[in-house]
Amino acid sequence: MTYTIEGTTGAWEVVIGLEVHAQVISNAKLFSGAATAFGAPPNTQVSFVDAAFPGMLPVINRECVAQAVRTGLGLNAHINLVSRFDRKNYFYADLPAGYQISQYQHPIVGAGSIEIELADGSTKDIGVTRLHLEQDAGKSLHDQHPTKSYIDLNRAGVALMEIVSEPDLRSPEEAGAYLRKLRTIMRYLGTCDGNMEEGSMRADVNVSVRKHGEAFRTRCEVKNVNSIRFVMQAIEAEAKRQVAVWEDGGTVEQETRLYDSARGVTRSMRSKEDAHDYRYFPDPDLLPLVLDEAWVAELGRSLPELPDAKRARFMREYGLPAYDAGVLVAEQTTADFYETVAKGRDAKLAANWVIGDLFAAFNRTGRGIEDSPVSAAALGGLLDLMADGTINGRIAKDVFEAMVETGADAATIVAQRGLRQVTDTGAIDAAVAQVLAANADKLAEYKAGKEKLFGFFVGQVMKAMAGKGNPALVNEALKKQLG
Amino acid sequence: MHDFTIASARAALRAKKVSAQELTEAHLDAIAALNPRLNALITVMPETARAQAAAADAALARGEAHALSGIPLAIKDLFCTGGVRTTAASRILEPFVPPYESTVTANLLRAGAVFLGKANLDEFAMGSSNMTSAFGPVTNPWTRRGDNRALVPGGSSGGSAAAVAARLALGATGTDTGGSIRQPASFCGIVGIKPTYGRCSRWGIVAFASSLDQAGPFARTVEDCAILLGAMAGHDPKDSTSADVPVPDFAAACTRGVKGLRIGVPREYRSDGMAPEIEALWQQGIAWLREQGAEIIDVSLPHTKYALATYYIVAPAEASSNLARYDGVRFGLRKDGEDLDQLYENTRAAGFGAEVRRRIMIGTYVLSAGYYDAYYLRAQKVRALILRDFTEAFRHCDALLTPTAPSAAFGQGEKMDDPVTMYLNDVFTVPANMAGIPGLSVPAGLDAQGLPLGLQVLGKPFDEETVFAVGAAIERAAAFNVLPAIRAGA
Repeated sequence: MTYTIEGTTGAWEVVIGLEVHAQVISNAKLFSGAATAFGAPPNTQVSFVDAAFPGMLPVINRECVAQAVRTGLGLNAHINLVSRFDRKNYFYADLPAGYQISQYQHPIVGAGSIEIELADGSTKDIGVTRLHLEQDAGKSLHDQHPTKSYIDLNRAGVALMEIVSEPDLRSPEEAGAYLRKLRTIMRYLGTCDGNMEEGSMRADVNVSVRKHGEAFRTRCEVKNVNSIRFVMQAIEAEAKRQVAVWEDGGTVEQETRLYDSARGVTRSMRSKEDAHDYRYFPDPDLLPLVLDEAWVAELGRSLPELPDAKRARFMREYGLPAYDAGVLVAEQTTADFYETVAKGRDAKLAANWVIGDLFAAFNRTGRGIEDSPVSAAALGGLLDLMADGTINGRIAKDVFEAMVETGADAATIVAQRGLRQVTDTGAIDAAVAQVLAANADKLAEYKAGKEKLFGFFVGQVMKAMAGKGNPALVNEALKKQLG
Repeated sequence: MHDFTIASARAALRAKKVSAQELTEAHLDAIAALNPRLNALITVMPETARAQAAAADAALARGEAHALSGIPLAIKDLFCTGGVRTTAASRILEPFVPPYESTVTANLLRAGAVFLGKANLDEFAMGSSNMTSAFGPVTNPWTRRGDNRALVPGGSSGGSAAAVAARLALGATGTDTGGSIRQPASFCGIVGIKPTYGRCSRWGIVAFASSLDQAGPFARTVEDCAILLGAMAGHDPKDSTSADVPVPDFAAACTRGVKGLRIGVPREYRSDGMAPEIEALWQQGIAWLREQGAEIIDVSLPHTKYALATYYIVAPAEASSNLARYDGVRFGLRKDGEDLDQLYENTRAAGFGAEVRRRIMIGTYVLSAGYYDAYYLRAQKVRALILRDFTEAFRHCDALLTPTAPSAAFGQGEKMDDPVTMYLNDVFTVPANMAGIPGLSVPAGLDAQGLPLGLQVLGKPFDEETVFAVGAAIERAAAFNVLPAIRAGA
């Protein structure tokens, strides 16, 4: 179903393009040897190059280049063997050189694509226009002093990848799916941690609206949105604003806006007339960036299995439905966890336990896959106890809860609490006989033809056996005694 | 003592005929006596120099003589020197003391050199007269015959050139973006070379126009320049544009001679308005080289006439961006304001002189949206054609010979009314910067008023050896041994 904004003149289609700034995972900055750790005390990770002292010169960090190439390859994108760095000139207190080194005309990565999955199970290819490398600016702190601003240059010069999408997205849901998928790919590649709270991934959102079948109308850019939820909210708020403007007989002006998440509206930041003239020109301190084709090929060979390939393999190898496979590959750690559990076991059952009980335990305990209360090996041990008939599925749920609480493994809990499944047919027969004797009225009804009471008897027997009866044997014994 | 060249001082030091400390004291005395008149040095470093000289003497005593052990030099105040104020002759850097040493000066120190002080220059190396220095103009050690009026030493490395010519230092560093080594060398009657772009590291040199800036030496002989360049040059991983090529023995090349060399004479340099004296000197140079066995070839550099105009687009464009960092926020001059924009305006208005402001405005203009294609992009295309001209010419010859500057030194205050008149000083030197090729100026004679004139030798990229060989041949033939007025009576 197509997402639209309903206006007084009918339905409006929303057109969205995203520019994502992704901080490159690397030990050092893009053009200096300074470190890049998040949360260090202000101005402790700054070299003279980052602070743009006189005579300082940038030298490209090869690892950042490799990370950009890996990301490009992960987006099935064209790698440009020759790219160039340009200066983007503007004055700001946290931009020490008065220019940002970026790639304007000749980016390192060209066109690629990202396949997104939507809630209805459908998929859609979203075009990636380009990816380029650039420096981050420092941070201005305006709340530290009544009349002055403070500057922290720790972030100045850190490598960013700007990843620009085509205007292929048509709903907040698609935008959210795109961002999640991009983040997943970069996390798989180890090129960006995708942590939007710490600012290592930020999005600028280009939004326009149009009537079905029209050419694009004027877009507005909502800058620096710092969560996927806010991106989705900002799109809706901005699209509704534009619909109202058009329907009031006005014209949407191209401008840069900010999303006010507290009020759920976008606000104008600067109009086209106030737009900076960045005076881009090739940075004369840097030679063109020339990549060796064999080096790029080597990076390609060393890429990990990416989410789309992994999902296909999970469906093929483990017989999982697309949805389950998609959930499991969303994070590489989850996929690895699952594969450890599934290895040599009932893969479908393993998927149900990971997606169902384990994820529920995460929600309850506030923990996640990295600090899971039950390790993959321990969950596998639980599945083994079910497979070999030591416990039944009903008891397994209790054992699992005990594992979450205590951290002990399944076998220990089963032994300590005497949860071993009863397979002794004598004991089962006795329990059956006792239940039938205690429920003479129900037995009569059953014999009179109310066969659905069979389930009632199963439940009563299991209850009498504290849940430990082997379900198959209980069924068998009941059938025999009921005649 | 002041008759020493670097080569002869080096020999005397090694033979223990003079000590580095004696040599340094003599030069510090000369600075004390003459710098107040010349204003060649912004900062004198007597304590540092004495300590370095003592260290050089100790090294020499141990028999550890390096290429420049005990040789006193002046350093253009555009090179960052660790712990020593580095101003770029601008108010905006007046209080700036760099915590690091430029690669070129670090190389010189490693070679045992003694730094006497920081030499005056045009502000941010923008000028051809040294009149734009925030620390006052430099006076040329030469005067016209029978005329005591002060002349400019040329620019931008005017303080370096004046210091070497007046015997305040045995050699000096300079930088050359459009002629800033060669034109002052010519005006002051000494030798200066701008090597191939990438030969010397730019790391730690206050940037003017990054794609054109190149460090080089001044000295009183071609051989001395070769010795200095050998110590300054070399690949530096900290400068991405520095060339990873070996540094040959430049000094050895000075004795090669020119027999069999083909020397190109570019016809486009023969402008209609060329002073007859310059033309005559050029012809003299051609004759000297021919007499020594060189073959003279007429060559064409058809895009030369666009070089100056192109230069005055490219250099200001890069400068406008390079100088954005002087904003009062992190170092140097700061003039507070009500808000950030006012801080910028107050700081930069107080910190930059008129010529620097003019070039920032020109550069900002040519990079602006709507003008970029017509100016900057067009200029880059012309620049490529200028390089192609040289590449083509060097298929037919080994080096080119031209005048260095269109005139001898002019008076302080002259040519100040119209910046374009001043810019014309660079007409013969700018093409080498645009093409990145090496260029050397060697004194070849005096004009009718007794002022020195230089000839320029241009060479193929990374073939400074041939440039030195040709320069040395002219030097031998010219036998230029006239002392500047300030020293003539001494």
